[in-house]
Amino acid sequence: MTAPDDRALTEAGLAPGGRGRVLVIACGALAHEILALKRANGWNHLDLACLPAIWHNHPERIAPGLREAVGRHRAGYGTILVAYADCGTGGALARTCAELGVEMIEGPHCYAFFDGLDAFAARAEDELTAFYLTDFLARQFDAFVWRPLGLDRHPDLIEAYFGNYDRLVYLAQTEDPALDARARDCAARLGLAYERRPTGYGDLARFLAARA
Amino acid sequence: MADEDDDLILSELPDEELVPQMHDDLYDGLRDEVVEGVEILLERGWTPYRVLTEALVAGMTVVGNDFRDGILFVPEVLLAANAMKAGMGILKPLLAETGAPRMGKMVIGTVKGDIHDIGKNLVSMMMEGAGFEVVDLGINTDVDRYLAALDAEQPDILGMSALLTTTMPYMKVVIDTLAEKGIREDYIVLVGGAPLNEEFGRAIGADAYCRDAAVAVETAKAHVARKHNQAVAG
Repeated sequence: MTAPDDRALTEAGLAPGGRGRVLVIACGALAHEILALKRANGWNHLDLACLPAIWHNHPERIAPGLREAVGRHRAGYGTILVAYADCGTGGALARTCAELGVEMIEGPHCYAFFDGLDAFAARAEDELTAFYLTDFLARQFDAFVWRPLGLDRHPDLIEAYFGNYDRLVYLAQTEDPALDARARDCAARLGLAYERRPTGYGDLARFLAARA
Repeated sequence: MADEDDDLILSELPDEELVPQMHDDLYDGLRDEVVEGVEILLERGWTPYRVLTEALVAGMTVVGNDFRDGILFVPEVLLAANAMKAGMGILKPLLAETGAPRMGKMVIGTVKGDIHDIGKNLVSMMMEGAGFEVVDLGINTDVDRYLAALDAEQPDILGMSALLTTTMPYMKVVIDTLAEKGIREDYIVLVGGAPLNEEFGRAIGADAYCRDAAVAVETAKAHVARKHNQAVAG
């Protein structure tokens, strides 16, 4: 499978390749990471479908979208795995997965499972004022943060949105100096201190490795 | 909304044109123009309460309705709110002096673990605009701070806000603590925030879930009136 385009992953998601007995239905923001794990581990039996990553900003769409995707693809695969955490659905995604008999990743969101649930929870109080980016969100900062919040038109609203934050923590899945620079620039644009924290693929890798 | 009147001189408009123009300016988030309009109306002898209700609250109600209907989005609402806040900054001290009607008192805060306050701030502003005294506890409010404020302020209403699905359950911690202490029924508990819904509000034992700031104001008014009537009847 060739590397999917970020813009397509954001807006449309990704159709499965149609080969393999295990289908992972994931957030489009995880496509590159799951494909990297697939390559690294030789998981040739694993296929990937993605829902639009921009649903990160519209969590109410995720559970119905997943239900539709599972219904559409179920017949073609022996197992379906869901590469989402709760992701702002307030438990709706977990209820949907339980009803459909498919497994999803534990935790509140991808920041937590990249960082590792225990480590993230242990830091929660200290990092109450931290705003997080991942590799995907660092690349797509304008599409997911800057433009939807209207900061391209009204940069003076930064204080209203980010006045209670004091730092941006970039949870880095890969070693990429260009992305580091980009995330640092995002922090500067928001007027926040910057920290880069290498996480690798965290609990995403562990979830898939245990089931793939 | 108003884009054809770049060199409009507000002070030359009669009241019946100035007020709708202020609604347009509020809608467009034109802070300086809203402030100027407030000052003009005060100079013309309007009471601060009348300026607040007819020029600012009425204008912000249009903004709220268009937000609810998907015509306006959060950035535009924030700009309008900033403009209204600037206008209210002039009116607030005057309202206290001129004895504007008081609807009741509210203690409000974003719950523990949550630092998001845009919705809470909008509710606070609209509640003040509707004549409520608001004591804003800010963000990351734990149960002890809520309890201390309730004890000190003796409000009619406790308002709690959360943006995160991970923090909204804390509202139940606060409500359960009120119940344990036997003071739950002393307060009207209103909750709000993007991930909440009516079902959640009922499940945690709140009096009402408020979808937006306008609903919060109407719900607060209805509950305070009911409480007052019960007190009179009882």
